[in-house]
Amino acid sequence: MSEKNLYLPYSMIIEKVTEEAPFVKTFRLKFENEKEANNFSFKTGQFGEYSVFGEGESTFCIASSPTKKGYIECTFRQAGRVTTALSNLEEGNTIGFRGPYGNIFPIDDWKGKSLLFIAGGIALPPMRSVIWNCLDLRENFKDVTIIYGARSVADLVYKQELRDWEERPDVKMVTTVDPGGETPDWNGEVGFVPTILEKTAPSSKDTIAIVCGPPIMIKYTFPVLEKLGFSDDNIYTTLENRMKCGFGKCGRCNVGKVFVCKDGPVFTLTQLKQLPAEY
Amino acid sequence: MEIEKKLLKKASLEKLFEKLKADGKKMYAPVKKDKLVNFALVDTFGEICDDYILTVKSAKSVAFPKIEKIVDYEHSKNSSKAIDIDVSNFPEVVLWGVRPCDAVGFDSLDAIFTWDYKDNIYLARLEKTSIISFSCFKSDNNCFCTSVNGNPGGTKGSDILLTKISNGDYLVEIITEKGKQIIAKAPELFEAAPTEEKDKNLTNVPIKFNVKDITENSAKFFENDLWVEQSLRCIGCGACAFVCPTCACFDIQDESAGKNGTRLRLWDSCCFSLFTMHTSGHNPREVQSQRWRQRIMHKFSYMPERLNVVGCIGCGRCSRACPVDMNISEHLINLAEEVKK
Repeated sequence: MSEKNLYLPYSMIIEKVTEEAPFVKTFRLKFENEKEANNFSFKTGQFGEYSVFGEGESTFCIASSPTKKGYIECTFRQAGRVTTALSNLEEGNTIGFRGPYGNIFPIDDWKGKSLLFIAGGIALPPMRSVIWNCLDLRENFKDVTIIYGARSVADLVYKQELRDWEERPDVKMVTTVDPGGETPDWNGEVGFVPTILEKTAPSSKDTIAIVCGPPIMIKYTFPVLEKLGFSDDNIYTTLENRMKCGFGKCGRCNVGKVFVCKDGPVFTLTQLKQLPAEY
Repeated sequence: MEIEKKLLKKASLEKLFEKLKADGKKMYAPVKKDKLVNFALVDTFGEICDDYILTVKSAKSVAFPKIEKIVDYEHSKNSSKAIDIDVSNFPEVVLWGVRPCDAVGFDSLDAIFTWDYKDNIYLARLEKTSIISFSCFKSDNNCFCTSVNGNPGGTKGSDILLTKISNGDYLVEIITEKGKQIIAKAPELFEAAPTEEKDKNLTNVPIKFNVKDITENSAKFFENDLWVEQSLRCIGCGACAFVCPTCACFDIQDESAGKNGTRLRLWDSCCFSLFTMHTSGHNPREVQSQRWRQRIMHKFSYMPERLNVVGCIGCGRCSRACPVDMNISEHLINLAEEVKK
């Protein structure tokens, strides 16, 4: 039998732990085995299964860009059994990783276009990969706008990177917190993401919109994008259903005939509208 | 390969069993225990039950066990590592007494376990498994193989098919290379094929619905009151999935003992309420009717469209096992009729 064991994870060493927000951490992971590191590649939008042996596996996107070589990063909120076990780990510890799985953000097709990234809360991680990928290939794109909101100032993730993007002359960065989530020294916007999107009113001309966020944010963001003139084909989002295997066998992530793990997690709004509302 | 036909005398059946057993193969065959017939590891021919329509549980566990190790691991505070499992030492197995529908069931499992990503554990087990089926001479109202392209004497999926003819001897059909190798273990037992027609020795399973009415029109069903009506009494126990020869949905869990442990693959069911539940509490299939719809649509719409195979072989086990008497063939008849409205 020449096939390899699909369920056998790579050993990854936690090189760096960053506290992003309350209960939210980022791990920078390096392959323990150099040969595996050299053979590994992924594209932006893909995800993996991260495991703590004895606790189980959890599904997250790869939150770093493929342009950053030598490591991958994941960002997770401590919520269940596996993420709690992950949270308790320290730099130097080892975890399991399987992947990459799933489809990709088609950034090659976006060449020559403007990009509008809209993210809410803990949904910035999947978008951070594609943001950095595009920024590292900045000459391929026209205007880049990032609108990011969280419940409160404390809940904003990647705080240093938000500042970096803010300072870049080639990025228009809009950061917002929900009303009541601001601090006295907050100088970003205050308001829900869809409201701030409407206020920012980016042009839809030759522009791709990428939206990741909690369902309620997504629900109110799509109509604003439509009002701004975005076509369904130019709006991208990701679905995050529960998964076990990551490659189309365990049977729980499908939405109708579409398997989020194989056909997704990246979908256009056109594709999303063809799916039954079971996500 | 072209199917080759032979005759096996009634008295030679036990000899064939003994030959295969002596060859070191693990023999799984239907055994009656506490009034229930199920596949079990057998040592002697006498343990085998031959008076059954179908076993309660399907034969799938030979290639896809209910609980199965997929990875070993060592885990301590300062070091963790995964260890691959050895699939080369899986035993050589003969599944004896499979019904033709169950043999077809492996096609559905194959389709799932080889969909782009080849599951080496499943494939290694299947490769070591030879399937000796026996045609059906009895059936009941729950049987509907003929409605889903099957047949009580169908050869698909089996390595060898035996059909009992009127004098008690067996018509032997050698279907695959694996089947040929089995016959080669005891060539002296096989004689020239009988002239008697095979079909007259088979049970008659009436066609209850046209499966194409369902597979080709399933898009029309998604939003339909039928799902609620049919599933009102479903208690989400998952018995249907656990007896089903084609259900392949699984969970993955870790089980540790001290520093060592195993990652396990376990049967699961789309009818369980927690199956799709997110950590946040959000559940895409929140109510039982959605889960029942998933079960039927997966088998009769998504699998035909994505994997080119119907995910049901018409054995009717789910109907027999259901504690609240949900009858799948009645529900499928309703769906097929719904198209004509």
